[in-house]
Amino acid sequence: MGTIFSSGYTIFLLAFGVGPAVYALFLAFTKNGAFVGFDNFVRVFADYRFLPAVGHVALFVVVWLACLIVFVVLLALIVHAIRIRWLSTTSRFLFYIPGALAGASSVLLWLFVLDPAVSPVSFILEAFGKESFVQVVQTDTLHIVLAIIAFWTGAGGWIVIMYGALNNISDEVMEAARIDGAGPINTAWHIQIPLLRKWISYMAILSLAAGTQLFVEPRVLAQASKGVVTQDYSLNQLAFLYAFRQNDFNGSAAISLVLLVVALGLSVFFVFRGGLFERE
Amino acid sequence: MATQQRTPVRASRALLVGAAVASLGLLAGCAGTGTGEINPEYGFATVEQIADSPITIWVDATRQPAVEAFQAAHPEIEIDLVVDDGSAGASGTFQTKIALADQAGDGWPDVVFSSQANDASWASQPNAGQQAFAAPLNQGFLDDDFLDGFTAGALEPATVDGTVYGLRNDLAPVLFWYNAALFAEFGYEVPTTWEEYEALGEMLAAEHPGYFLGSIGDSFVGPYVYYWAGEAPIFTVDGDSFGSDLSDPNSVKVTTMLDNMVANGTLIQDSLFSAEFVTQSDKLLAIPGAAWYSGALFQNPDNVGAEPGEWGAAAPLVWEDGAEVTGNIGGGMWYASSHSANLDAVKTFMQFIVSDEETAGTGGLPAYDSAAAAWLSGQAESGFFAGDFEGAMSTAAATVWTGWGFPNFSPETAYAKVIVPGLAEGKTIAELSADWEQEMKNEAQTVGYTIG
Repeated sequence: MGTIFSSGYTIFLLAFGVGPAVYALFLAFTKNGAFVGFDNFVRVFADYRFLPAVGHVALFVVVWLACLIVFVVLLALIVHAIRIRWLSTTSRFLFYIPGALAGASSVLLWLFVLDPAVSPVSFILEAFGKESFVQVVQTDTLHIVLAIIAFWTGAGGWIVIMYGALNNISDEVMEAARIDGAGPINTAWHIQIPLLRKWISYMAILSLAAGTQLFVEPRVLAQASKGVVTQDYSLNQLAFLYAFRQNDFNGSAAISLVLLVVALGLSVFFVFRGGLFERE
Repeated sequence: MATQQRTPVRASRALLVGAAVASLGLLAGCAGTGTGEINPEYGFATVEQIADSPITIWVDATRQPAVEAFQAAHPEIEIDLVVDDGSAGASGTFQTKIALADQAGDGWPDVVFSSQANDASWASQPNAGQQAFAAPLNQGFLDDDFLDGFTAGALEPATVDGTVYGLRNDLAPVLFWYNAALFAEFGYEVPTTWEEYEALGEMLAAEHPGYFLGSIGDSFVGPYVYYWAGEAPIFTVDGDSFGSDLSDPNSVKVTTMLDNMVANGTLIQDSLFSAEFVTQSDKLLAIPGAAWYSGALFQNPDNVGAEPGEWGAAAPLVWEDGAEVTGNIGGGMWYASSHSANLDAVKTFMQFIVSDEETAGTGGLPAYDSAAAAWLSGQAESGFFAGDFEGAMSTAAATVWTGWGFPNFSPETAYAKVIVPGLAEGKTIAELSADWEQEMKNEAQTVGYTIG
């Protein structure tokens, strides 16, 4: 019975996850079908665009994950603490709305927000000394802009999930904390957050996987900024250029494998640190 | 991979192996689909022709009305119109989408418009075991009589080893556009050299601050309008060797001029197609730019939207001690697919779109002689532009500097990456020159050029 239930997932995992990964493994170590060892990796690592792309993605992931973990937990705790029923449901609904927009369309929306000429919040941009769209999307601060966009799109769903997790903490535990004289902050710090640990690391893993694959946002921004945001900003974009601009699928596969290995490594870290597979 | 979905789940290990084998097979399959027999009538291997089948055409929004004009003129041909960015700003849309279709062995369009001039460099080459996307046009597909109707040199950017792969949409030589009314009001002389242009900038900044002489915020303007027209060898190709020299005397002259004019505010940094540019366009005194600025800027009510007689065109600016040469901004290309199943319809379309007197040129100077003559005399009759419009256009069209290269990448990406954000940060082009040159050389090496 269990096999049947998991079969749907397994089939798709094999077809769209494991299969392509095996194919990439084959491509990454060959050239025109012949085994070439690490040649493809050496070529990719020596590419002048590779290290900047690694830096961009790393910065983005760090900023985004930090924002996500801190603010999602905080907002979930606040929403959970709201005792007024309509306010609580409304705020959860509002948080969730941006998540309903798919990647590219949410970036299109942000194009207006980020252009001081048309932005409804241009005073904020100007407060940061950004007077033109080109200045807003400067490469050295772009990771912050991308993190804000990603947070805005993705955080709502996680807040709702965390809210559900908070509801799962048994009333007896919360009751006991209150009797022991713990205020909201102490309860959050000593009771709720430790009990949320698994959920937080679950969120971190999934977000990490999504974050390292950064592609749509800088791609749309590249188009909109007429190339000021470069087409090789992120690693996935570089893999795309390798495959479809340079016709070098082997190099492209090498980049993909690097991403896979890094994402897997970090996920393993979060799985064990977060105790994700521990059973009570 | 479709076979995997039908396989029972329990055999997952076998499946893994199967996936690997399937991948190998895929690879072998890709390598195996070679080109077929060359069709002597066309000069390339054609697929089975299906009469009256619809043709798919990719164009940018600017070209959409031209395709619609074709539909009105030829209702018997069914068209599937796809609007994309026309690869503007060297976005690579055309190349990446074709590469994807090459991999899939399916999904090619029949006709593509690209605003870039250098696509023939890759579109003429086989890829992923598929025959080159761009159909050779002068090996029988189009008559020599028809092709001879193009302005001399117009097909040069799309010609590889004597074979023509694309038809030029419009000639886009850089000439000097000026607001005749403002010049009269201010009592200025229209400059004829770059030195006078720069001097005019200084005078204008002092006497009429806020007025300006152009924008360098678009990645096509800096390289094509100023460096190309200024005879600066920053983008040259010799065989497989790419060269870029920003320390050449001409390059330095251009850089110095641009930096001075950015500093005194007579060159702004807003894109020609941005709201910011449009709102201050009443303060635009003059602008060196391509022939297609006529339709895109001056006759476009959503841009400069000039009054008849207000703006004029003059011969291109030159260095006082330099040759009479100018630059060129694109002047897009039409490519026919060698995979098309309705080459008759494609042929009808290709000929119409570049030579129909009403449609050709899409707002700029048509590259086809008869259409160009009709367009020029139409413009002269309407009297919209002041000055010797026809003479300026003809001079510009005949003097595009031939030292500029058409490699398999564009100077626009490096300019957009290094210069545009650098200027926005307040740096000068002189400070950014070394990085810019390096970026172009890096890009060249990435796509396989040696650095000369």
